[in-house]
Amino acid sequence: MLKLSNRLKLTRVRALPGAPRHASSAHTGEGERTALYDFHVQKGGKIVNFGGYALPVQYSDQSIIASHLHTRSVGSIFDVSHMLQTYVRGKDAAACLESVCTADITGTPAGSGTLTVFTNAQGGILDDLIVNKVSGKELYVVSNAAMKQQDQEIISAAVSSFKSQGKDVAVEFLAPSDQSLIAVQGPRVAAELAKLLAPATALDQLYFMGSMVGTVAGIPSVRITRCGYTGEDGVEISVDSSHVRTLTEALLANGTLKLAGLGARDSLRMEAGLCLYGSDIDAQTTPVEAALAWLVAKRRRTTRDFPGAEVVLGQLKGGVQRRRVGLQMLGAKPPPARSGVTIFSEGQQVGQVTSGCPSPSTGRNIAMGYVQDALKAPGTKVELKVRDKFYEAEITKTPFVKANYYNKPKI
Amino acid sequence: MVFITKFARIGVQAARQLRATPLATAQWRSFHITSMLDKERRYTDKHEWVELLDATKAIVGISNYAQEALGDVVFAQLPEPGTELKQDDECGALESVKAASEVYSPVSGKVTEKNAQVEDTPALVNSSCYDKGWLFKVDLKNPTEYEKLMTEEQYSAFVKSSAEH
Repeated sequence: MLKLSNRLKLTRVRALPGAPRHASSAHTGEGERTALYDFHVQKGGKIVNFGGYALPVQYSDQSIIASHLHTRSVGSIFDVSHMLQTYVRGKDAAACLESVCTADITGTPAGSGTLTVFTNAQGGILDDLIVNKVSGKELYVVSNAAMKQQDQEIISAAVSSFKSQGKDVAVEFLAPSDQSLIAVQGPRVAAELAKLLAPATALDQLYFMGSMVGTVAGIPSVRITRCGYTGEDGVEISVDSSHVRTLTEALLANGTLKLAGLGARDSLRMEAGLCLYGSDIDAQTTPVEAALAWLVAKRRRTTRDFPGAEVVLGQLKGGVQRRRVGLQMLGAKPPPARSGVTIFSEGQQVGQVTSGCPSPSTGRNIAMGYVQDALKAPGTKVELKVRDKFYEAEITKTPFVKANYYNKPKI
Repeated sequence: MVFITKFARIGVQAARQLRATPLATAQWRSFHITSMLDKERRYTDKHEWVELLDATKAIVGISNYAQEALGDVVFAQLPEPGTELKQDDECGALESVKAASEVYSPVSGKVTEKNAQVEDTPALVNSSCYDKGWLFKVDLKNPTEYEKLMTEEQYSAFVKSSAEH
């Protein structure tokens, strides 16, 4: 979900992998500051304009590779306050949000959540988002910063429409100046966080995609959601902006966790096989093409009442021309294949890379892209044209590294 | 830079004139002039640097600012010896985890050598961008191109002003 529009102040550096094509050009200057801005600068954060927000791409104490590996082995803290946090409330909140996305929110247990997508009438993905069902009357939604304005319009229109039918629903969009969001990701995060929680807080009962409110480091009313964008166990913590610095300092205090920036966030999500909106998925891509058909909930396939349902359900039955796949480059020391690289098979163009990078954990160059549906099977050999040369690659299952989510044990 | 060029020419003339003179003096002179040239590193607005090896040969790399901005360089593609380059030609690429960056030739000429060590160990560009991390050497076609590039001082000011914007 991250929008890596790292506009490095270096004219030679091409647009970053995953820079949202539609969003980055509109932003000049440093961008809007989050509540942690001064803290980032003090800690040696290299600030870039990322989708209109001034955020650190990395910190001076570690290279991006080191920061990436520290997240995988220990844990890191990312400021993701630029993302849009929204509450939808009222007894018709679930039905209202369902009218614009593909999830079964009604059927989601309270305290749990789901990844979903907003779709348009053609079945194209307008954004990806996480919906947490706080209760039957309250939803907590986190969506992409670069799509903030559009997402507000989508939700507001749905709310207005429901209200005009006499339904009970209201929306509250949180501003980064009021409410911050930090992602704390890595295998040792739960243990570190547990030290700061009020006694009797059952963090071990909070499973992947679950959400709760608690007291952390003495700060009350902090929302902890067990999710993230790295493939590791971890949480996203929503906290009043006046307390976010105290909370971050408390999490950093014993030196186990370190700050990490957008650079590591992008390579971590690549390895985890997670899509970046604007690069890997967009309004011209359907969930079926994007290999995200699992986001179209079972009940919604029967009710056929989300935007673009006929297109999407038609594709589920009749197939698609192109499909999102993972790619791994073969051979000795190939260059990384990034967004825009053409994929060939037997001399024919068969697709395009949508994002890619060297993978710090595997030492391979990894990528995601779209290929002709017939070529989607893992192990299929293809060639990637980087600049003027062809390099061998193969279609690979994602995630590229094993996910370590804290899932509820299956009984 | 005009100063340096003149100095270099005088140096060559002086060396010729001094052929007849005792060897020690001539060596001292040419050594002195060479070290003056080496110190004069010039920069482009695309963050490459050039140093003169002698009046017609130059060595090219990327600046400290560029390597810092790129971060860990993990891949380097450099121009093959024999390649004829025009100034500003795209002639290679450096890639880090987060970004791809083309290398542009700061001067026109024929590539005489590429730094194979950098292709093997791209991290040299980070650890030693002005020394072991050089990229390629070139026979200059038009030495005045070099003279028009930014001096260390001008480049520092350029980096500072672009960082503020």
